Amino acid sequence: MSLVQVEGLSVRYGTKTVLSHVSLHVDPGEIVTIVGPNGSGKTSLLRAIIGAVKPLKGRVTQGPGVKIGYVPQRLHIDETLPITVMRFLKLPGGVTPANINDALSQAGVPDLAGAQLSRLSGGQFQRVLLARALIGKPELLLLDEATQGLDQRGSASFYKQIEQVRQETGCAVLMISHELHVVMSASDRVVCLNGHVCCEGTPAVVASAPEYRALFGTGTGGALALYRHEHDHGHDHGDHSHTEAAE
Amino acid sequence: MLDDFMVRAALAGIGVAFAAAPLGCFVVWRRMAYFGDATAHAAILGVALSLAFSMSIFVGSMTVALLMALTVSLLSGRGYAMDTLLGVLAHSALAFGLVAVSFISGVRIDLMAYLFGDILSVSRGDLMIIWGGAALVVSLISWRWSALLTATLNEDLAHASGIDPKREQLVLTLALAVTVAVAIKVVGVLLIAAMLIIPAAAARPLSRTPEGMAIIAGAIGMASAVLGLRGSYMFDTPTGPTIVCVTATAFLATSVIKSVRQARQGHNGRG
Repeated sequence: MSLVQVEGLSVRYGTKTVLSHVSLHVDPGEIVTIVGPNGSGKTSLLRAIIGAVKPLKGRVTQGPGVKIGYVPQRLHIDETLPITVMRFLKLPGGVTPANINDALSQAGVPDLAGAQLSRLSGGQFQRVLLARALIGKPELLLLDEATQGLDQRGSASFYKQIEQVRQETGCAVLMISHELHVVMSASDRVVCLNGHVCCEGTPAVVASAPEYRALFGTGTGGALALYRHEHDHGHDHGDHSHTEAAE
Repeated sequence: MLDDFMVRAALAGIGVAFAAAPLGCFVVWRRMAYFGDATAHAAILGVALSLAFSMSIFVGSMTVALLMALTVSLLSGRGYAMDTLLGVLAHSALAFGLVAVSFISGVRIDLMAYLFGDILSVSRGDLMIIWGGAALVVSLISWRWSALLTATLNEDLAHASGIDPKREQLVLTLALAVTVAVAIKVVGVLLIAAMLIIPAAAARPLSRTPEGMAIIAGAIGMASAVLGLRGSYMFDTPTGPTIVCVTATAFLATSVIKSVRQARQGHNGRG
């Protein structure tokens, strides 16, 4: 039984169709990554899964009793809103401080409960968002470009944290990522999206699919080369961040 | 006690500050300042209609404020440039309202009372409406507090927690319309937004939690109402604007406290 099943999903904003006939499923324990160019409907797909956008056609079904934890893209907390991490994690209610402390430890930031949200660094903030998603002990984690705005080291360590969470809890992960080297090394399955599902399968299958190559062209070759390259020269951070900025 | 017009005025000011504080915090956090302006300015059109059809000014202004707020909420998700749109709506509502009032004979002299408030003429009946409205707004916001806060932090997080941000937006819209209607008599349509925003902004440097900010904003607003009333009595100045001047002074004071604190932290950091 899949944790979540998306069938023939179409989403339209105004007159613009962003997703048409998208089908997708995530099984327990697996890591599925969605890749695709900007404007390909990746975020809309996740938002449809959490119920933030209404589908035009098709449907999203969750397995019975399946809990979903959602980590949004880096969100902006207005400087005018004073709020501690603890208070933020308690919202909208029904959570005990013990649960919160467990979730913060799991996310790798056990000491941040008393900190002001607007004072956190990018990496700390993403971990707090991860902790928020973990509070309900989800079977499925949804990550929407969770490492956007983090530097190379920050994003590598964030993905390491996700991997650790998955080992501890056995939850499945459905994520959007631009970092193709991470995608290719860590995913069980990759779904390539461009308004519709272009191709999907194991990383190796997708990377060699003509549809995928047509979309990412030389960029993909570059990223894969970079990934192999990284094994040889792990210290060479400058080059990677330049390449990523260019993508 | 209520026979004294100063006591009634003080109670009216405190009532408005009570409702405006928690609502004002959300207006500040959600960057809805212009939204508050548009709603308040539209109320003058409501005043004109109330006078024309000789119905309660409270009902007339609340209805028009609500219609304006709903229009803005409805348009906001549809790709219009919001600040331009709000600027157009706020000022044209005010202009149409002023023109409409001029058609009604015999009220031209009273116009100032609706633009800048007439707190000294608050009657027992007004007082009941003000406190009834304020109690309604504060209970509505307290009831939805956590959901409102979650929706304010991030709409998608709210959805993921089973909260509909649109419904919470509607709660704020309703509260805003009621607050505008009860505040007209006290500060007038031009300065209602000031009563919403300035106490909340003044409370920000002193607060660590959202609840704390709402409570401190309430305290600042209520103290300003009382002090402003006394000040206007002593210096023979218009009361509504004097109240706003006091809140602005409070804002200045807490801003200074904030910069001093930051400077000291910076100094400690270097040392």
